[in-house]
Amino acid sequence: MALLEARNVGKDFSGNVVLKDISFSLEAGKVLGLCGENGAGKSTLMNIIFGMPVIHETGGYEGEIVIDGEVVHFKNTSDALEAGIGMVHQEFSLIPGFTAAENVMINREPTKSNVISQITRQKKLEHVDTKAMLDSSQESVDKLEIELDARTLVGELPVGYKQFLEIAREINKENVKLLILDEPTAVLTESEAELLLTAMRKLSAEGISIIFISHRLREVMDVCDQIVVMRDGLIVADKAKKDITIPEIATLMTGRNVDMEVQSDAEVEAYMPKGDVILEIKDLFVDMPGEAIDGVDLTVHEGEIFGIAGLAGQGKLGIPNGIMGIYPTLGKIIFQGKEVPLNNPKAAQEMGISFVSEDRRGVGLLLDEPISWNICFNAMQIQDVGLKKFLFFKIRDEKKMTEISQRYIDELKIKCTGPDQLVRNLSGGNQQKVCLAKAFCMHPKLLLVSEPTRGIDVGAKELVLEALKKYNRDNGTTIIIVSSELEELRSIAGRIAVVDEGEIAAVLPATESSAKFGLLMSGEKLEESAS
Amino acid sequence: MTKLKHAIKSFGHARMIILIFLVVLLLIAPVFGVSRVTSLNDMLTRFAMNAVLVLSMVPMIQSGCGLNFGVPLGLVSGLLAEAIIWEYDIPGAKGFILAMLLGAAIGALMGMFYGFILNRIRGDEMVIATYVGYAIIYFMNMMWLTLPFQNPSSVQGYAGEGLRVTISLDNHWLHVFDDWPGEPGKGVVLTIHEFLNGEWIPQELKIPVGTLLLFALLALLMWLFFRSKTGTAMTAVGSNPTYAMAGGVSIKKMRMASVVLSTSLAAVGMIIYGQSYGFAQFYTAPQFFTFPTVAAILLGGASLNKASIPNVILGTFLFQGVLTLTPSVINSAIQLDMSEVLRMIITNGLIIIALTRKGEKDAK
Repeated sequence: MALLEARNVGKDFSGNVVLKDISFSLEAGKVLGLCGENGAGKSTLMNIIFGMPVIHETGGYEGEIVIDGEVVHFKNTSDALEAGIGMVHQEFSLIPGFTAAENVMINREPTKSNVISQITRQKKLEHVDTKAMLDSSQESVDKLEIELDARTLVGELPVGYKQFLEIAREINKENVKLLILDEPTAVLTESEAELLLTAMRKLSAEGISIIFISHRLREVMDVCDQIVVMRDGLIVADKAKKDITIPEIATLMTGRNVDMEVQSDAEVEAYMPKGDVILEIKDLFVDMPGEAIDGVDLTVHEGEIFGIAGLAGQGKLGIPNGIMGIYPTLGKIIFQGKEVPLNNPKAAQEMGISFVSEDRRGVGLLLDEPISWNICFNAMQIQDVGLKKFLFFKIRDEKKMTEISQRYIDELKIKCTGPDQLVRNLSGGNQQKVCLAKAFCMHPKLLLVSEPTRGIDVGAKELVLEALKKYNRDNGTTIIIVSSELEELRSIAGRIAVVDEGEIAAVLPATESSAKFGLLMSGEKLEESAS
Repeated sequence: MTKLKHAIKSFGHARMIILIFLVVLLLIAPVFGVSRVTSLNDMLTRFAMNAVLVLSMVPMIQSGCGLNFGVPLGLVSGLLAEAIIWEYDIPGAKGFILAMLLGAAIGALMGMFYGFILNRIRGDEMVIATYVGYAIIYFMNMMWLTLPFQNPSSVQGYAGEGLRVTISLDNHWLHVFDDWPGEPGKGVVLTIHEFLNGEWIPQELKIPVGTLLLFALLALLMWLFFRSKTGTAMTAVGSNPTYAMAGGVSIKKMRMASVVLSTSLAAVGMIIYGQSYGFAQFYTAPQFFTFPTVAAILLGGASLNKASIPNVILGTFLFQGVLTLTPSVINSAIQLDMSEVLRMIITNGLIIIALTRKGEKDAK
């Protein structure tokens, strides 16, 4: 009998369907590999299985989750823990000031009775049995075959060990039957990852089932018995390991989106490099949390649309943020023959580089200010646009600002009540258009656009991409566009660079096959998988 | 009806309640033998006295440094400037204007020191500001005793050194702006006949024209400043620091500028207050301004990162109105001193509301 079974599970967030008709089953003691691009629905599915409150709060889910033959309805994670499910999240949840043992046993500490607890008959007043705690946690750690003294403070451990400790905590729980590991190898070095895979095999041999989420397809192939591939909220493949190959998985993952037209060869040709080199990046290091870049070289030519692809956390976002100086940066950036001062957003903009940030609400917008402010602010600060003389100094020219904003509102079809409306009250797509208008307003020579379509609906997506293409055509502006959606990049860019683990894996023309891109994004070397 | 509801909502419930409260007090005042004209007179005077202090809150709120609980830094700067000008015995309007300029300069220096501290503790400004505010008061209390002031009218009679606890402004610049352009010592006075206790009595309503104009000038300058490029950048820093940073604005510089501006203006505000009040209380006064000033601008409708000139005017007027009307009317009505209690509830209540709202916003 299957340990875990999902029957027609579906989920929508206020009308936006993210999971449709998901059915699969997992036997006891097997390892299931779950593959899919960012946004394919993997995390939501895991959240449902693990009973994360966010699911319940947003109206629950459709279908049934069956564990050991019984239909379960987890309202929160404690229900799931009780049923024997453990989950290791991408972010660590460990207390740095506690020892490894204390972290493993937290809230489940073995206790010894003492005088007070005997008199009051309160279990809460018993004191912690340090020795039992140490022994028990050490046993769990040893099971993972890593060398770690359970008395070490967690704050002093290297990142890889923290990951192991998280797993140790989960398997220390007596009744654990199913372990969900969300990208556990992302922070590990190759040798550590190898250790983890060994540990996983050992755990499955002991009868614990594992759901393993990873974008490193080779690891998935190495350790899993069964592989499930998701795309756009659907399961597109559910096969035994022997029936599938890495290139097949890659193709299935990235597979063509119906609503995105890949450009014809002629169109791609239009966005290929023709002019002089406009931007040269040498040995760029960017310390952007979660999106670090370690030594990137890139050359971008005048007038081209250059795409940057990559999975989340690989560092693709670090490139534009580094060029603009928003995160600490090292290296050399040469723009139109002149060196761009690092870590200085003002200087970069003065040289004619503009940026549309991926963090729309955090970096891109003044939510509590009107549209006109948002559109004109950078241009005002850098180029004195929208100012007028008053006596001996300059003040804002509200009329001019309204005029400029109205022009962009018409041009980009921003749906609003007028330039005075607060940006907070606009929809995501319209907010994104305001961000674009802000960048256009600077008349940049180089436009960096980061995740321009994240979190906006399909209609707005097309408008945004179309606006970018038009701007490139009309003004000859060089555009670098970063996106997690490969198909989107292939619909707009000429050349596409794939970023993997903080480095550029390759620069390919947009006409290259999905499979090739998919493999590169999954950390595969092209030569190896040529077969 | 929905329109009315909307109007009330945009005006704010707290302000609406206090405004109604004020109107009711004014309406029933004659019943308890309290003159409305005198009450209005007090409100106007107190408004003029306090408005600049409340105005000094604006720059720091706008730049996201929060409510300026460190306003005592500005107050002591103002007092120091006064003591220095008195040392040289420059009387009248000339001395007053010099004192304001000197106060602004000392306030600017003090503001730099204060801004340096605040730039190191982003996020916890208001807590630290409160401590810095208290610390500076006691530090200056030591200074008042040890600085080498010599003018016999300023120093303590017996010892011959250390500033007096209270110094009267009679011989300096008492009411020079309050009375302008009227006759010195009298001012611009309207006589209004009021029906009170069964007969028509002439009542005097003095309008502190000069002080009001001074406030208007400073408020206009502030308004213009926030329409300049730098002022726009400052507002953006308060609204979304990361946005401003990505736009090439130095967050630290803007915050520093706002703190200097606020502290300078608070120093000027203190000197204007003294001019109207008639006494300078070096040792005790600075403690008693922080919360009422903060509460006044909140009552005017400011939030923790947005404040405007109308907020200042409305807030000062409502807050000072409650302060002047409650003692006279309510005490006459129930023969019990309720005013202090009410003042405490309003002052501290408003601050708590503002801070909890910030908590809600952060939690989101």
